[in-house]
Amino acid sequence: MLHRISVTELSGRLARREVSAREALESCFAQIDRVDPQVKAFLSIDRADALAQAEAADRGLASGEAATRPLLGVPIALKDVLCHRGQPVGCASKILEGFISPYDGTVVEKLKAAGAVLFGRLNMDEFAMGSSTENSAYWTSLNPWDTTRIPGGSSGGCAAAVAANEAFATIGSDTGGSIRQPAALCGCVGVKPTYGRVSRYGLVAFASSLDQIGPFTKTVGDAALLLETISGHDRRDSTSLEEPVPRYRDFLGATSLKGLRIGVVKEFQIGGLDPEVEASVAAAVKHLESLGAEIREVSLPHSDYAAATYYILAPAEASANLARFDGVRYGRRVEGPDPFELNSRTRGAGFGPEVKRRVILGTYVLSSGYYDAYYLRAQKVRTLISNDFNKAFGEVDAILSPTAPTPAFRVGEKASDPLQMYLSDIFTISCNLAGICGLSVPCGFTSSPKLPVGMQLLGPALGEGTLLKIAHAYEQSTPWHRDVAPLG
Amino acid sequence: MSDFNIQYVARLARIALTPEEEQRLGDQLGNILGYIAKLREVDVSGVEPMSHAFPLANVMRPDEAGESLTQDEALQNAPSRSSGLFVVPNIVE
Repeated sequence: MLHRISVTELSGRLARREVSAREALESCFAQIDRVDPQVKAFLSIDRADALAQAEAADRGLASGEAATRPLLGVPIALKDVLCHRGQPVGCASKILEGFISPYDGTVVEKLKAAGAVLFGRLNMDEFAMGSSTENSAYWTSLNPWDTTRIPGGSSGGCAAAVAANEAFATIGSDTGGSIRQPAALCGCVGVKPTYGRVSRYGLVAFASSLDQIGPFTKTVGDAALLLETISGHDRRDSTSLEEPVPRYRDFLGATSLKGLRIGVVKEFQIGGLDPEVEASVAAAVKHLESLGAEIREVSLPHSDYAAATYYILAPAEASANLARFDGVRYGRRVEGPDPFELNSRTRGAGFGPEVKRRVILGTYVLSSGYYDAYYLRAQKVRTLISNDFNKAFGEVDAILSPTAPTPAFRVGEKASDPLQMYLSDIFTISCNLAGICGLSVPCGFTSSPKLPVGMQLLGPALGEGTLLKIAHAYEQSTPWHRDVAPLG
Repeated sequence: MSDFNIQYVARLARIALTPEEEQRLGDQLGNILGYIAKLREVDVSGVEPMSHAFPLANVMRPDEAGESLTQDEALQNAPSRSSGLFVVPNIVE
């Protein structure tokens, strides 16, 4: 059952030479062969390349490099949005079919430097636009807890692969909840770092003022290890923060949360919350209180406007970012008599319905005559949402909520109504608008069917350490992370 | 929202749509625009717009050549290339 252990445990065993990097990778491949025909988390895997990396890692392990390379030999899989030199990057879109990355993104460089064996392209909603992977141009990934249900999105493949123990950890991206929501729905840990904490160089851009890269892991300890590996300033991303990276693992191990104040949001006590999700999160609040945390009510008065703000700003930024897919420099081309027709036909054939919807919406809200009414107004409401958080974080150290209003929904349940799909992100979206950090950690299960429930912890900018401290104390005193999915 | 013209905006966005797509996307976008119109309720007088999570400053570096992709690497994914260039249809006759 090698494939089921955590990154932290695996790296220890690798360093002690109790297991080889090749064996670790082959345990992933065996599990993928067993369950991925059902889970469908991976779009592709270059096994020969991964095996070559594992063999190089084994040589490094033999010469004692594990002391300085904490992930040496650990297999980690990547969302199909991160550039990995020599490997395809497609954003699960037909328009990038056949694209091979000519360079490594910064996160990939950092993971390689730490010794990770990087493999696979994980499924996602096309260009990270969606909450279920149903917008992938290839197929819908399925939830390892119940394969009639979606794994969440957009990083659904990342979450499903970790829950199915097909990879020891995965790396995804979060623009409005795309790490935290699938982590919650699949029962793993997912971290959306503070905006600028992790370099976006080599991440295909969706909404540049909101996008962040972060880890999916089986445990909070693994999340701390991966976060400290991928964080840090990068001169190739001018929005990355010039702030030192703490050793996030030093925040782990507290058994008491005395002195910490955790906020519950008055405006989040809304209708429409699944009763079992509500009960699990309420029990988690009680549990954190029993660990010594002080629970306080806080107010985020503009919460109700976060989704509307997001669905103006994110499509606006996407419409600009996706202008690069023009059929000229890379990707698919549909010929036309002139450049305009070539561009339009290429994009008409290459983008799926959700991408078209958002690019057209974004074009509209930025167009002459509508800019002030939509885009500028949304930017002002974004300020108000950010101010709400600043005020709340004057009163509490972290804010707790459900990560998603419901457990994993059925394939097709929301696919026909884009607006309903958008509203499944109500608890996660405001974090990206404010640029603060958040994570999701398992906090229970529904009874029948048994589906994971996740709670979200939000912290102020660069407050990841405190969130990891709370999440770790919670995880270590609850049983949820020990349960394995039926396809795990 | 009656002034939302799907054909006009799709053209601005350089996306060719089929008539069925125009119908479906037009309806869906009408719903979404109806939802986001709720921002009109918010009093934003005197509020500064926020374009980024944190104030951004210009990032400068010395103007020195560094490592970059080779011409061949930069062109490797082009759908059509010739003599080290991207090929596009005639713009000027």
